[in-house]
Amino acid sequence: MTVHQTLPGDETSPAYNYAYLDEQTKRMIRRALLKAVAVPGYQVPFGSREMPLARGWGTGGIQVTAAIIGPQDTLKVIDQGADDTTNAVSIRRFFEKTADARTTEATEQATIIQTRHRIPEAPLQAGQIMVYQVPQPEPLRKLEPREAETRKMHAWAEYGLMQVKLYENIARFGEVTTTYDYPVMINGRYIMAPSPIPKFDNPKMHMSPALQLFGAGREKRIYALPPHTSVRSLDFEDHPFRIQSWNEPCALCAATDSYLDEVVIDDQGSRMFVCSDSHHCETRRAAGHRGAMLGDAAASGLVASEESTS
Amino acid sequence: MTLHVSPPATALEPAPLLSAAGVSRFYGERIGCEGVSFDLWPGEVLGIVGESGSGKSTLLRCLAGIDRPDEGEVLFRGGSAPLDIYSVPEQERRQLMRTAWGIVHQNPRDGLRMDVSAGGNVGERLMDRGDRHYGQIRERALDWLARVEIAGARIDDRPRQFSGGMQQRLQIARVLVSEPRLVFMDEPTGGLDVSVQARLLDLLRVLVRDLGLAAIIVTHDLAVARLLTDRLMVMKDGHVVEQGLTDQVLDDPHHAYTQLLTSAVLTV
Repeated sequence: MTVHQTLPGDETSPAYNYAYLDEQTKRMIRRALLKAVAVPGYQVPFGSREMPLARGWGTGGIQVTAAIIGPQDTLKVIDQGADDTTNAVSIRRFFEKTADARTTEATEQATIIQTRHRIPEAPLQAGQIMVYQVPQPEPLRKLEPREAETRKMHAWAEYGLMQVKLYENIARFGEVTTTYDYPVMINGRYIMAPSPIPKFDNPKMHMSPALQLFGAGREKRIYALPPHTSVRSLDFEDHPFRIQSWNEPCALCAATDSYLDEVVIDDQGSRMFVCSDSHHCETRRAAGHRGAMLGDAAASGLVASEESTS
Repeated sequence: MTLHVSPPATALEPAPLLSAAGVSRFYGERIGCEGVSFDLWPGEVLGIVGESGSGKSTLLRCLAGIDRPDEGEVLFRGGSAPLDIYSVPEQERRQLMRTAWGIVHQNPRDGLRMDVSAGGNVGERLMDRGDRHYGQIRERALDWLARVEIAGARIDDRPRQFSGGMQQRLQIARVLVSEPRLVFMDEPTGGLDVSVQARLLDLLRVLVRDLGLAAIIVTHDLAVARLLTDRLMVMKDGHVVEQGLTDQVLDDPHHAYTQLLTSAVLTV
């Protein structure tokens, strides 16, 4: 690629390379990505760069996206499941500015989806790439603080300790209480931290046709899940893995099969459950699905009313 | 100096379980231990006694696969063929350390996970070897807690909430739950009150008999050595000065240092 962005008439502004990172850095990240795809679940160290964003805000994901994005790509960024949260908006704008990226909120149209907390409800398709922003890539870190030791444990698949964590959950609370970043076994070999997605999304990773890339900027690790790779959430024979379920449907679109956020709506303790995937919820509302509280929400201007969305 | 003793009658297999040949470890100029050779047969309990700094713990760490000795070799017969534990890959050695043998540390904090409940501590080795049934793991943990006289109601308490003696017993349960063939103990009864010590010694004797367990016990307490061990090695300044049957060594010490050691024991 050539030097891309010089603002006309403004000689003092810096000239960025296409997609912000210089080509050497992108090559280094791509090399790490290739290795990560070749060894599913293995954490590949890489030279994480400073980004115009604080570490811990998604620098790993941004670097991975910057390394793989091209002019023909369409980018979707979600944060907490929503397309309109601060971090999602600013990351999307970052790539609009530096990579001339087309951006979208529609899962089906995106070729790259950068995410922190969710996998979209709409099924992923072949050819799509999920990019996760990972805060802590090492699933064993809380249990074994020594890096040298955890590397040995991964190298020799000594994963009894991970099971001890689940045992502790069941012993203290009667069930596995880990609800996000739920450890998974990749391809029957490596244990991987799926970044802080709810365990509700774990089954979506199993045999997914999309390529899934994980970037941890602060911890300087990249790992990957190639398409059609088995992902097994750890469990016990007599305490099988279960995903969250809710007693009521989404209050806006009446979906019963999506991940719901609980929203407190007044100081009387009343609350509503709404889809965490904002695009999924909007799509369903546009298709005519109506939740119990949609009228109230539209009246108070929280969501666009049915007439204006169509 | 070195007395050759035939294996005890309890041994079922003629081959020794563990053989050390010329094991030496140096800390720079200083000697940790030097030229230690012996055989340990299945079901046999070997005591290593000596004063502080005589190289007992250094030797134990070499035998247990924690520190590589500078000279000599350690052969372990877990399967059919003897295995030089320092020539096999580290992976295999760690596998052995987790399954075929166990280490009881002097300080329970070294051997326990202090943030994990008693049940989790005992169950870890089971989960290491692939057990994935919560109910069965818990059942075995309860069984082992009972065997080391820890109330079942305390299975979900953390070791921090246990007394020093209970921590030590928990550590022993954690090691023995995988039914190892060989156990290394570094001052296992240190810091326990006398009645608990006696029960622990009883327990260890029963286990050794029931499981056909071989053990190497480092201690400075000659009473413990007398009660638990079949054979005794006396160490001084990194060297073995005398070895033989426990009763023989304690009742008829040959080496001047052993004589000093046995005469220094207080009798009530």
